[in-house]
Amino acid sequence: MKIAVCLKRVPDTDMRFAVAADGKSLDLSGLKFDMSDFDGYAVEVALRLNEQQGPGEVTVVGLGPDAVQETLRKALSMGADRGVHLAAAEVPFDGLAIAQALAAELAGQGYDLILFGRVATDTGNGMVGPMTAELLQLPCVTAISHLDIKDGRGTAHRELEGARETVSFPLPAVLTIDEGIARPRLPSLKGIMAAKKKPVESRPAALGPIRLTVDKLELPPERAGGRIVGEGPDAVPELVRLLREEAKVI
Amino acid sequence: MADTFAFVEARGGAIRKVAFEAITAARRVADASGGGEVHALAIGAPGLRAEMEQLGRFGADRVTVVEHAGLERYSPEVFAATAVAAIKAGGYRAAFFAASALGRDLTPRVAAGLGVGMASDVTAVDLSGDALLLKHPVYTGKAIATLRLVGSPAVVSLRPGAMAASEAPRAVRIETAVPALDPGAAHVVVTATEVSAAAKLDLGEAPVIVSGGRGLRAAENFKLVEDLADAFGNAAVGATRAVTDDGWRPSADQIGQTGRLVSPTLYVAVGISGAVQHLAGMRTSKVIVAINRDKDAPIFKLADYGIVGDLFEIVPRLTDAIRKIRAEG
Repeated sequence: MKIAVCLKRVPDTDMRFAVAADGKSLDLSGLKFDMSDFDGYAVEVALRLNEQQGPGEVTVVGLGPDAVQETLRKALSMGADRGVHLAAAEVPFDGLAIAQALAAELAGQGYDLILFGRVATDTGNGMVGPMTAELLQLPCVTAISHLDIKDGRGTAHRELEGARETVSFPLPAVLTIDEGIARPRLPSLKGIMAAKKKPVESRPAALGPIRLTVDKLELPPERAGGRIVGEGPDAVPELVRLLREEAKVI
Repeated sequence: MADTFAFVEARGGAIRKVAFEAITAARRVADASGGGEVHALAIGAPGLRAEMEQLGRFGADRVTVVEHAGLERYSPEVFAATAVAAIKAGGYRAAFFAASALGRDLTPRVAAGLGVGMASDVTAVDLSGDALLLKHPVYTGKAIATLRLVGSPAVVSLRPGAMAASEAPRAVRIETAVPALDPGAAHVVVTATEVSAAAKLDLGEAPVIVSGGRGLRAAENFKLVEDLADAFGNAAVGATRAVTDDGWRPSADQIGQTGRLVSPTLYVAVGISGAVQHLAGMRTSKVIVAINRDKDAPIFKLADYGIVGDLFEIVPRLTDAIRKIRAEG
């Protein structure tokens, strides 16, 4: 199958964050960047589908500054075949602006599947995948935790609150991938060497108009935690008293 | 003065709590604009109409009910087309949805269908001149962004439970309409919905969450966590990634950076050491209680109240104490 996977380069969220002097962006000093968590699962799903169902091609697409090419190379070292870099000075917060650039790139290219991670770990927006599907007028299933493809149709599971849906859809389609579906492989040394020779094209991103911007960025208030009520089961009555009388939550 | 729109999410023919929250947000923005009407849209199988009276309590002026035998389950295409048509016809200033599993799927399609901007998973809403100002957790909850969304209608999905529904009674007019797309013509079809027995109360909606980690040592010991949740009566059961990775609990129960992001009134962490990835999912809880035998566990730095010791002794004692309080009413 011909599969596209859209990737985002994001700051590693295990790091300690600070707000930059402008009060609305992240202080980038000392941050490490990597592929957004769920995008890794999407790459793995694409690779496995083609390994199981015969030859195909996996194209990875990333939007942003030149550093995005590093993220594309990582996916190529996992086994993707080619990269497309949609160049933009920065990645806007506005999901529709991004979706318009991706839809312009992906339209009419004959992809059987277009995959996204279910949400990017930086913006937490989770909107670019379904918006791209809507712009391309393609069937879309979001946040899937299981996938079967057979005879031009797919079956996916998605988790709801307290329930699970089974969804049937025709190809071509857009899917956004939840974790747990397929743990991403680590690039092998051979994969890393091979990735250096794989093609990465770069062209300007045709971003849509920007309607959503960040006015202010704040760190959440520090919790005044750290109070140990006591040790062992004998501390339970005091805990219960505090929850009733001080915290007033029971 | 501007009218606003709210999407009414229902499941199994019953209105979900998140729908009242969407109406509350729509009411607030309509009032802030100088007092417009709140128009709601509900889509589902026949019988849904009977539920609609209660929407007036939260400030809806009009509800349009779209009933169809083919819409017992969610249909992404039909729901999106019907919501797009309703919002286009209404000329609204803003449209509110829930950032629930259904809403996270539906809302971006609606915004793209309308060709307008959208903010997702919003925890606070303000109208300021020609923009909506919206709080939204970013970097897996490690920072809070205030977003500026311009253009009409502004499409917003609301984090479940973040903004409580408040009563603002209106006399609600109930109208009916037909789906904008024949359900039989949809390409994407939900063929089954399985309710998982374990999840009685959803993590996003429960005021109390009791969550278990590796400290429980085995899947069967989650009974302790379930018993404590039962004792509270309004609690859901969560788990750490280590636990769901080991298959002790379904992956849908995972709270953390790559799982559910929750903010209940009370979060009880049982046998959870407090890995960064877990803390990212629950640090915005109002009150955090930790029970762990390692006094140096990172969870204690975050917890408002901690008990150090053997959870197998402490948790049953706590369960009894909570049961007793509830029995006393």
